[in-house]
Amino acid sequence: MIIATDASHRDEARRVLEICNSCRYCEGLCATFQALARRRSFADQDFDYLANLCHNCTACYHDCQYAPPHAFAVNVPAALTDMRVETYARYAWPGAMGRWFYNNGLVVSLVTTLLITATLLLALLLIEPEVLYGRFIGPGAFYEVIGHGVMVGVAGVTFGFSVLSLSVSVVKFWRGVGGSGLPSIRSIIQACTSAATLKHLDGGHGEGCSSVDDGFSNQRRMYHQFTMWGFVLCFAATCVATIYDYGFGLVAPYDYFSLPVVLGTVGGIGLLVGPVGLIWNKIRSDSRPMRAVYYGMDYAFLLSLLLVSLSGLLLLVLRETAAMGMALVIHLGLVFGFFVLLPYSKFVHGIYRFVALLHYAQEGSAEP
Amino acid sequence: MKIPEKTDVLVVGGGNAGLCAAIAAAEEGADVVLLEHAPEHMRGGNTRHTRNLRAMHPQPTATLTDSYTEEEYWLDLLRVTEGNTNESLARLTIKESYPLLEWLHAQGVRYQRALSGTLSLGRTNAFFLGGGKALLNAQYRAAKRLGVKIFYDSEARDLNIDGGKFASATVVNRGYSYEIAANALVVASGGFQANTEWMKQAWGDAAENFLIRGTPYNTGTMLRCLMDQGAATVSEPDQCHAVAIDARGPRFDGGIVTRLDCVCFSFVVNKSAQRFYDEGEDFWPKRYAIWGRLVAQQPDQIAYAIIDAKVSENFMPSVFPSITADTIEGLAGKIGLDGEALAQTTRVFNESVVAGAYDPDKLDECRTEGLRPPKSHWALKIDQPPYSAFPLKPGITFTYLGVEVDEQARVLFKDGDGPQNIYAAGEVMAGNILGKGYCAGTGMTIGGVFGRIAGGNAARHGGTA
Repeated sequence: MIIATDASHRDEARRVLEICNSCRYCEGLCATFQALARRRSFADQDFDYLANLCHNCTACYHDCQYAPPHAFAVNVPAALTDMRVETYARYAWPGAMGRWFYNNGLVVSLVTTLLITATLLLALLLIEPEVLYGRFIGPGAFYEVIGHGVMVGVAGVTFGFSVLSLSVSVVKFWRGVGGSGLPSIRSIIQACTSAATLKHLDGGHGEGCSSVDDGFSNQRRMYHQFTMWGFVLCFAATCVATIYDYGFGLVAPYDYFSLPVVLGTVGGIGLLVGPVGLIWNKIRSDSRPMRAVYYGMDYAFLLSLLLVSLSGLLLLVLRETAAMGMALVIHLGLVFGFFVLLPYSKFVHGIYRFVALLHYAQEGSAEP
Repeated sequence: MKIPEKTDVLVVGGGNAGLCAAIAAAEEGADVVLLEHAPEHMRGGNTRHTRNLRAMHPQPTATLTDSYTEEEYWLDLLRVTEGNTNESLARLTIKESYPLLEWLHAQGVRYQRALSGTLSLGRTNAFFLGGGKALLNAQYRAAKRLGVKIFYDSEARDLNIDGGKFASATVVNRGYSYEIAANALVVASGGFQANTEWMKQAWGDAAENFLIRGTPYNTGTMLRCLMDQGAATVSEPDQCHAVAIDARGPRFDGGIVTRLDCVCFSFVVNKSAQRFYDEGEDFWPKRYAIWGRLVAQQPDQIAYAIIDAKVSENFMPSVFPSITADTIEGLAGKIGLDGEALAQTTRVFNESVVAGAYDPDKLDECRTEGLRPPKSHWALKIDQPPYSAFPLKPGITFTYLGVEVDEQARVLFKDGDGPQNIYAAGEVMAGNILGKGYCAGTGMTIGGVFGRIAGGNAARHGGTA
């Protein structure tokens, strides 16, 4: 099934952005308004692009003299949020999965619950109690509980599918927004810099975006950095561990001060601080420029990151006790759920936004 | 919070001028109450729709390129006002515009970095990052930090002068009337352009066809009050900042998006399909402020800019789509003009166009010959369908009739014996400097400079008058 474009969302985005384009007071705020100023009129695919270029910092809502209750009712963050979630659905692969984005909070919590329950049940059924509740120390301890082959097999298949799905979506989106061929090295560097520093959450003056009120704060940017870099470090930990295992024959668990454990611990702490901060920030933020209907997607994603991190750190603490087996099962169950849902959760915002930043850089370099 | 019975400095008006006054007074340690007629979401008067302020600067700044000297600024003002200005007040405004930039920055106002694409004003005008409402948000935050008591939905209706001194003001807040006493008053409540009856006294019934570009709350109540108390006035009731805007805009509060930049690429006709002014006299930024008055003088205060396909991409898009047809007669039908008459005007215009190199970025050689009125630049034949029309109406930004002030921002009274503790800032006194004409961004400069002066003086001398 292909999810059709909800014309009303695109119509509203067009209506609002055409007002913006004849005003342009916000041109200094962020990339979205710079990209807007490069256009005199809009093609349909421009809305997919602009919606994902928008970081939803909401500064433009507070700065807008036409914001509701003005009759023009300009609410750019809200209009682009509707449009953005619709692009998640439309560019999802396989297409039928796109519908998962429209009740994403429910879907993500149900699937996560199902998968963790299934993992636990299977563990209870298939693993001998004396093994599950046993105490193992030293290299290979984890694999005493869950076989190396099973772990690698399940992880490989789920992660492999997610990477495939996301890749298809990225290519579709890149073409969809009008990108052709491969982006230049310069554009890639510019996009990476913008993403790594979250440049477009700086409010245009470096003092941050609006959240609680019309004032500026870098809090959201900071907590997002904890989250993003926490995730990157945890992912790096997994990669290093894989290299240790296959490249050097070093078998987990690793020493507390080994590279994978240090990366994972620091990343895990980032993934505690970041999501908690972002949730707290979201609860307190001015909801007028937001779309509460998608809060479920945001909270579900943040909570799943939080649970993965929490269970991982717990495993680290308990790994030399008899509770290691259960901690491992729970952690792997959560990681399993997280990766299965990767292409159908809020995770996709990062990749589409990155592609939009690439397109933005590419467009900018084409300017005279 | 209830409106208090007494305060040191009472500020009427919550736009740029009023906030600058309130902040300056609070910085002096005064207890300040600010009354804003509008509800919170509409706060800020016309400042909501502004974007920049004109500032002199001896050298480049982070926001302004090159330099803009006092003398050059003064000559610009002299030229647009045709001498209808008070030189000492004008020069005071110019000199103080430079420190004003820094002072506003300290209040939390942020400027756009000198961007390449932004009009031709990057040298003379500092652009607020996010526009006028962003500036207001910062000013309101600063005022609150300093303890200024702000009341929305609060209109000052009357002033009570007692023993040659301002004593108190009558305020209506959500239907209830209060009396608030203060040592000094700062009036920063704007012009009277949103008061149709008053506008009709100056313009006749034509005023009913004017669109008011900004706030509907500038009804001139305080200006009328001060005039009734014998305040000396400047400028004339029919002088105002009037531009030609899209006739389809709302009656109030349409702001910048109703702006049309197509006049110099078009020919403009009235409802009889007759041209009435040189559309290509000069660059649009230098001429937009005369077209409001020009259209106001036409029957029913309506005009139509007619363009063809050649130039349709030469100007910024308007929020309203152009009215389009494949023939001139068809276009005339759509906008309710006589087809034959518009075709005739087009024919005559086209026959008068002399060949030349067309360049929208300079005063080019494309002009008409033997045509009355002529089109001096960018005159191209209107001959390539589809043809488009944009309807124009006068859009009033603010009126210039105001109270006379001195360099202390103190309101002057005709008999020389009036209250000494009433100050004014912003549009209500801008006519001292802008008696006529307009120069982009000066309104905000006058508001900022005189707001600071008025607030500071009200706090310092309020008790001693």
